[in-house]
Amino acid sequence: MSTRPTDTGPILQAIGIYKSYGPFEVLKGIDLQLTRGQVVALIGPSGSGKSTFIRCLNQLETPTGGVVRFRGRAIGSDFHDRGETVGIGTLRRNVGMVFQHFNLFPHMTALGNVIEGPITVLKKPRREAEEQARELLARVGLSQKCDAYPAHLSGGQKQRVAIARALAMEPEVLLLDEVTSALDPELVGEVLGVIRGLADAGMTMAIVTHEMAFAADVSDRVLFFDGGVVAEQGTAAQILGHPESERLRGFLARFHQ
Amino acid sequence: MTYHWDFHVVGQYLDLFLWGVVYTILYTTGSIVIGILLGALTCAARLSSWMILRSVARVYQELFRCTPLLVQLLWVYYALPLLLGMTIDNRAAALLTLSCYVGAFYAEIFRSGIVSIDRGQREAALALGMNRSQSMRRIVLPQAIKRMLPSFINQSVIQFKNTSLVSVISVADLAYMASVVNGQTYRPLESYTVMSLFYIAMLLPLTQAADYIEKRLQASD
Repeated sequence: MSTRPTDTGPILQAIGIYKSYGPFEVLKGIDLQLTRGQVVALIGPSGSGKSTFIRCLNQLETPTGGVVRFRGRAIGSDFHDRGETVGIGTLRRNVGMVFQHFNLFPHMTALGNVIEGPITVLKKPRREAEEQARELLARVGLSQKCDAYPAHLSGGQKQRVAIARALAMEPEVLLLDEVTSALDPELVGEVLGVIRGLADAGMTMAIVTHEMAFAADVSDRVLFFDGGVVAEQGTAAQILGHPESERLRGFLARFHQ
Repeated sequence: MTYHWDFHVVGQYLDLFLWGVVYTILYTTGSIVIGILLGALTCAARLSSWMILRSVARVYQELFRCTPLLVQLLWVYYALPLLLGMTIDNRAAALLTLSCYVGAFYAEIFRSGIVSIDRGQREAALALGMNRSQSMRRIVLPQAIKRMLPSFINQSVIQFKNTSLVSVISVADLAYMASVVNGQTYRPLESYTVMSLFYIAMLLPLTQAADYIEKRLQASD
């Protein structure tokens, strides 16, 4: 895509996002701006809408109201770009996602999982894709597991393959949806380590997490979700160190027991 | 009473049995091939977002799943021509009915295989930027086919046996030939025993292969 004046603005932007399932309103007008290299953590109790919101950002959920903008241009409802609107396909090619339950493709090896996007979507030559995939798997500490099937990997290893799979698309933004919530406690560290490395390398990320220490450590900005709205937001130090609202204090207290 | 077995009389009609075997195999494979196409189309319609397509597919499926195959054959051969105002060749009626019948069941096997794949698989594919057909072809179908294979083979084995019903509209399959031989020789015990042995000889390898494939698939999970 051509360089546009808007490239200096937020790379991914959500304006007034609403989402309802029938009469049940999950999101009630959420705004978010992600600028290049920024890491935003989304925290809050379960059911507060943070996962639904992050899934709206790459249109896995279609918002019932509001706009998502990528590089300043609104996302349309079509898969392909149309006029001034960005296609959902374009958005997803450039905005990677890592899921709570990994969602690795079980019929492909670790390497197969990582090359799948570049080959099928980006039409990269296989040799080139494999070379890149080996580098990425080495980067997440799994160079020995290229030929292993997901069934033979631990949870932490699966999640690191999933991160490599997302990175293989060379995304401009990475969305992480509770990526350590399904892991055994002793495996959480290895995954967080990889994400911290990405943050240090300047990757733009939106992270839904229950790991408060981690959120404090890597994020530039923290959004506290409560009942479908952003109840409080600010720097990690403000939100996690000096919470203003009673709700946020109560929420954080549960992590300091 | 001691029965005097005499396969020699029946053996003289071996060529009839073999022709019957050829017909049975032809109707089985023919109806399976057409049935797969019908089943795939019906399955796509069932999964479509268009209500009309879903309903039409559903009506077709229930029509053919909720009436006996024998009844379908009789209806298509004897009743349908009255509606159409033209006669239908009995072999065409047989192939058409067999195909529609198995297609209705295949559609359900295909559909349940596809919807059994975890939603996260499709989401992961879409999140990489794949379009719907890519995610279906590359991610969902390879897993679904593996899951539907045992039921598919099972249904096909049933289909093989079901072809024997076409004999009621005088299609010269193995069952029909056995009754012809019986009529010639007055040897029902031998005629129908030979017919049964032919069926067993053809189906036993298939069921064994099905068991083997099922075990292999379980092992690789």
